[in-house]
Amino acid sequence: MSEKKTKRRDFLFTATTAVGAVGAAAVVWPMIDQMNPDASVKALASTEVDVSSLTPGNTLTVLWRGKPVFIRRRTQEEIDEARKVKMEDLIHPEKDEDRAKNPEWLVMLGVCTHLGCVPLNDKGDYNGWFCPCHGSHYDTSGRIRKGPAPWNMEVPKYEFVDANTIKIG
Amino acid sequence: MSDHDYRPKSKVGQWFNDRLPLLTLANHLTDYPTPKNLNYWWTFGGILTFCLITQIVTGLTLAMHYIAHADMAFESVEHIMRDVNYGWLIRYIHANGASMFFLAVYIHIFRSLFYGSYKAPREIIWIIGIIIYLLMMAAAFMGYVLPWGQMSFWGATVITNLFSAIPLVGEGIVTWLWGGYSVDNPTLTRFFTLHYLIPFLILGLVILHIWALHVPGNNNPVGIDIKKPSKDTVPFHPYIVIKDGFALLMFMIVFAFFVFYAPNILGHADNYIEANPMVTPAHIVPEWYLLPFYAILRSVPDKLLGVVAMLSAILILAVLPWLDTSKIRSAVFRPLYKQFYWILVADVLILGYVGAMPAEGLYLLIARVATAYYFLHFLVILPVLGFKEKTLPVPLSITEPVLGGSPNLAAARNKESKIE
Repeated sequence: MSEKKTKRRDFLFTATTAVGAVGAAAVVWPMIDQMNPDASVKALASTEVDVSSLTPGNTLTVLWRGKPVFIRRRTQEEIDEARKVKMEDLIHPEKDEDRAKNPEWLVMLGVCTHLGCVPLNDKGDYNGWFCPCHGSHYDTSGRIRKGPAPWNMEVPKYEFVDANTIKIG
Repeated sequence: MSDHDYRPKSKVGQWFNDRLPLLTLANHLTDYPTPKNLNYWWTFGGILTFCLITQIVTGLTLAMHYIAHADMAFESVEHIMRDVNYGWLIRYIHANGASMFFLAVYIHIFRSLFYGSYKAPREIIWIIGIIIYLLMMAAAFMGYVLPWGQMSFWGATVITNLFSAIPLVGEGIVTWLWGGYSVDNPTLTRFFTLHYLIPFLILGLVILHIWALHVPGNNNPVGIDIKKPSKDTVPFHPYIVIKDGFALLMFMIVFAFFVFYAPNILGHADNYIEANPMVTPAHIVPEWYLLPFYAILRSVPDKLLGVVAMLSAILILAVLPWLDTSKIRSAVFRPLYKQFYWILVADVLILGYVGAMPAEGLYLLIARVATAYYFLHFLVILPVLGFKEKTLPVPLSITEPVLGGSPNLAAARNKESKIE
């Protein structure tokens, strides 16, 4: 009889603990989730940029979601240089054709994938970008070639609204 | 100890103490038996308490004038510097106080390393100390972000991006930490909140640290267990109070030198430029007290492994009591350990130096060698040394070497063991 009683107690303990844990989790989650991007931050999800003034060989830097976006109007040499690179030579293999659908325009987040600094234009060993923080070199397609960064600079979702306007986001 | 026998003299005192034994606690703290050979390296506990209280008091007063908003933070700090009565003084004490705090904590930690204060039965004191040290780093980092200058912003960006090295969930964690897609206003407000909170967590842990200390009592330069109270101890008050007070005075002279004569020498000029998310400063370096760990981070070419190495360099300290296999505490009686100890000190200073230099060429090579040695010290040298080292004879009491003691320690020990 005493054994039966113990079992009943065990069940009650387990059930109480389980319900308590679910309750605690239900209270904790809002406390954690409140730190995620709020509605007003998410509302700034897209931005339109007029690129009509940009001449080949120049870069426009715009702010999108608090991060710089590089819009580079590439010269023919830069495009050729980016397209002739062999995939085996890349740390993070991506074709330039996939990164820049319209070869003249390279749009990417100007954020080093190592620790988030803004790389400098027309610098580094690969004529693309160079991050001054920890020495990552990017090529004319924004692909990582040398240094501690693990990935190529990210290409965000964007589209040409008309011939002179790019919508990012 | 006679704690429980204590009875206040006055009737009111007895009435109060029977209901809340605060007077018993005060009596314990004043009578607390302390080894009589404690040297000045033991005064940094008191100095650190002073540093914590200074940071809390100046921090509270700064918070009355500071505005935690991305558009106003930088200006509000300049407002404190120029408009608020004595605002410049309070801010310079707070900013340099952080550096003084770390200076004192590093001396305190290296004191423990030299005299083996982390060993049994003081492991819990040591581990609480490491947690306090971690919280100090978090508080210092977030505090540095609050003025919202260029170094604030990019320091925050680089450090929070360390979490992006975690596989799969890394990016999500970074977004969660930021409250957005970059370091911005939500990041600033939460850093301010946490910067305000952490010192009080540290205060709580300091109380536990001292509580844990008062169970076995202080270690001492000879590193032997002593009987308490005995002729090897003196009461905390007035002996240690006066000694701590004198050391604190000397420390405050150094502190005041920085505050009044070189208030910006430990900072970076770039932080007097307002945060700009479009431009990264050419050379990002953390504050001096984080440089050794920054050097370790940069010496590893892989992003994830670099972060792992940096965190391990700190967390390895928590298991130090079990890595050091030697039964002898004090380096005074460990001729080999004493040498390795000073090599470690040099190694950490070298890491700090190369952490401030660009990560390339010779600097990178030195950083890699120094990083490897740092781990070698804790993971190989310390465990092996405990078995291989021939230690010197340890005195039986603190008084013995002072009074000349027995000319033959071994004989004295034999005699004692026979008596037992």
